[in-house]
This record gives sequence, structure tokens and C-alpha cells, in this order.
Amino acid sequence: MSNIFPKSANSLPLQLIIFLFGLGGIMTVGVTYYMTPKYTRVGYAPVQPVPFSHALHAGQLGLDCRYCHVAVDQGPASTVPAAQTCMNCHNQIKVDSPLLGVVRQSYETGNPVPWVKIHQVPDYVYFNHAVHVNRGVSCVECHGKVNEMEVVAHAQPLSMGFCLDCHRNPELRVREPGDVFNLDSPTITQQSGAEAGKRFVHDWNIKPPQSCSGCHR
Amino acid sequence: MRNVYLVTAFLVVLALSVLGLRGTKFIRPPLDVFPEWAFPGMKRQSKYKHQAASKFFADGRADRPLPPGVVASSQGPAGQPLRNDDSLYTGKDASGAFVARVPASLTVDRTFLEHGRQSFTIYCAPCHGALGDGNGITKQYGMGATPTYHDERLRKIADGDIFNTITNGKNNMLPYADKLVPRDRWSVVAYVRALQRAQSGTVADVPEVNQAELGIK
Repeated sequence: MSNIFPKSANSLPLQLIIFLFGLGGIMTVGVTYYMTPKYTRVGYAPVQPVPFSHALHAGQLGLDCRYCHVAVDQGPASTVPAAQTCMNCHNQIKVDSPLLGVVRQSYETGNPVPWVKIHQVPDYVYFNHAVHVNRGVSCVECHGKVNEMEVVAHAQPLSMGFCLDCHRNPELRVREPGDVFNLDSPTITQQSGAEAGKRFVHDWNIKPPQSCSGCHR
Repeated sequence: MRNVYLVTAFLVVLALSVLGLRGTKFIRPPLDVFPEWAFPGMKRQSKYKHQAASKFFADGRADRPLPPGVVASSQGPAGQPLRNDDSLYTGKDASGAFVARVPASLTVDRTFLEHGRQSFTIYCAPCHGALGDGNGITKQYGMGATPTYHDERLRKIADGDIFNTITNGKNNMLPYADKLVPRDRWSVVAYVRALQRAQSGTVADVPEVNQAELGIK
């Protein structure tokens, strides 16, 4: 009987197994790296209908976040301002700017400016802004340094792991109540040490839920 | 087998160059790892969230405007949630004249003034200045003349008149009723009064015991 397979075919099963392991490794690394909000969402900076600069308004002018995002400390939602809020100043400043045409039109007609939503948690997540900002969790923890952004970009993954990081160790992230809307302020831990952070969490009775129903309903 | 490895390596490099790295800025809508068509009704459920769009209502919004005359039950002072104190909401008494003082149903104390200071700093100080002298940050950007609070006319006007200005706006100033509920507005009125009192203070107002530490003789 002649040889049908060359001699090298003897090592083929082993080589195949090694290759499949390698491929599996590559797939695992790929999925871990790419199939997470750290890749899919962080850096999302859509083009907005009005080139509003947070760096100018919140940074340079020093407007408080709440001037526009009214009631963020009173209810679950941090609201997007109506065009009237823009017109408070822009009825006198840059009144003829073509960039503000959409805002003026919205103010006259009452139809909202079609802002593009950047941070959007799934509908099964019940996030409450007021609960967080009234207990020392600053805007900057989830939204990044918006006061330095010309164009707002998604800064943090806002994944469940991201939420739990803080819910497990709130003492590392809390700020003095007066510093919550100051995006450049240090956390209590950075300012006065880990003990002070823990004390704040205790004194303010901060008990972030880690149970499912804390955030999901 | 060597060719298989080469092809794999090529595919990995191709995927890397197409997908890029984490944290890169991008403007196109984020990829969805668990897309809506594969898992319907999970991430986007058939419910309205804040400031959402609606196909049901003619104006296209899910948030419904209040019917005229309706007052949120949380807006009244404690113990009288409904609108049974008209001057609290209009700043005017039964005869239509502005009330001289903050309505009696509100207690003007330290907490109330601190609340007023906070609201004033957020919503008023950008134009009126932290001292109420009309030198807010917006002046440098072309805001028209903002009156100072520290003249005879504004020292003498009724509290209700200031409340009315915050509620309905005046001249170039647009209404702030959408940002401040009546109780907040009255607290701002009280704080404006405090600012006026502070700016018109004299040496005689400083208690004798404190005069020395201020270097007054």
C-alpha cells in the first residue's frame, strides 16, 4: 500500500488544536476589548445642531451647571434647557449669529432644538440625578470635565461595572456638597484623606445599593 | 499551515485598523453590541422618559404642558400645598398692588436666605453680579446695561415687585419662572434684600464688639 498522506500529516491534528487555541485567545481578547461600552460609547461626540461650547459657557464664563440643567438636584432627570434659557443672554449677545439661527427659530416657534442625546442608559436602568448630586457625587464623575469640552464627548462607559465600582467604594468619589457642581474640585479623599471620605459616607448616610432592584425595576 | 497563520494575522491587523482603539473620538451613533432588533423591548421599552418625543400628541412631546391655573402640589409652603395664597404666586395682594414683604406663610430665616443665595448665585449673578451691582460676567461679552440694586428706587420698591420681575421678566430680562418655583423666587427676593442691606451698611451697623477685629476705630 502506498502512502496516501505525506508524513507531515501526522502532526496536523496537533497543529490544528494549537491554532484553534490561538484563535480562541484572539477572539476572547477581541470581545473583551471591543464589545464593551468602554469601546462602543466612550468618545461618542456627535455633531449638534448648534455648536454650543461647554468650555466657553461652563468653563470660561463659569456658569453653574444648574443654570441650564434645571432641577438636576430636584428630580431624576437633568433636563436639557429650552431655547428661552439661551435667549436669556442671546437676546442681547450675538443676536445675529447664524450659528444661533436654530435657537432663535426654536424660541419663536416653540419647537425644541433637535439636540443629539449622548449619554443614554438603557430603559431598564433607573438612574436618579438628584439622589447622586445631593449626596456629594459630582457631575464630573460620570460626565467628565464637561467644562473643558468644546464638543461634549462621552467620557465614561456608564456600564454596570462602572456604576458598581462607585457603589462599592463611594468614599473614593464623594465631594463636599458645595463642590458637586465645581467640576475642577478634588474629592474629599483627595483633599483630606481616606478617613475623611469614609466619615462623609457615614455621616451623610450614603448606602449605595448593590442589589438588582436598587437600579433595575 | 503557515498560510493559515498568515491569513489570521492579516485578519487581525485588518480588524484592528478598522475598529481602532478605545477612547477615540467619533461622531457616528455608537455600535450596539446587543442590538434592538435582536432583543426587542429591552433597552428601548415602550414608555416615555423625560423630555422624550411622542407620536401620540400633536406637538410631538411626551412632556405635557400644565393646563392654565394648575399648580404642582409641591410648590406651596408646607401645610398648604394648594393654591390658596394668591400673593405667594403673584406677589400682589387682593387689590392688585405689590405686597411689601415676603408672604407670611414663608419663614425668612438663615436656611431660607442660604437657599436664596444659592439660587441667586446660579441664576442671577451671571448678569447682576455676585453683589447685585450689575457687573456680572456677561457684561464683558456684550450684555446690555444691567441695573444695580443699590439705588434709591430699587431699595424702596416692594418685595412683590421684585418677585413679579423674576416671574415675568422685565425689559430685556426674560422670565425665570421656569427655573425657580415661587418659594425659590421669594428666597431670592429675601437674598436681594440682604444684599441691598449689606451694601448700604455703615460703621454704625457693626456691633461695637466686632469693630476692633475689623480695624474700625
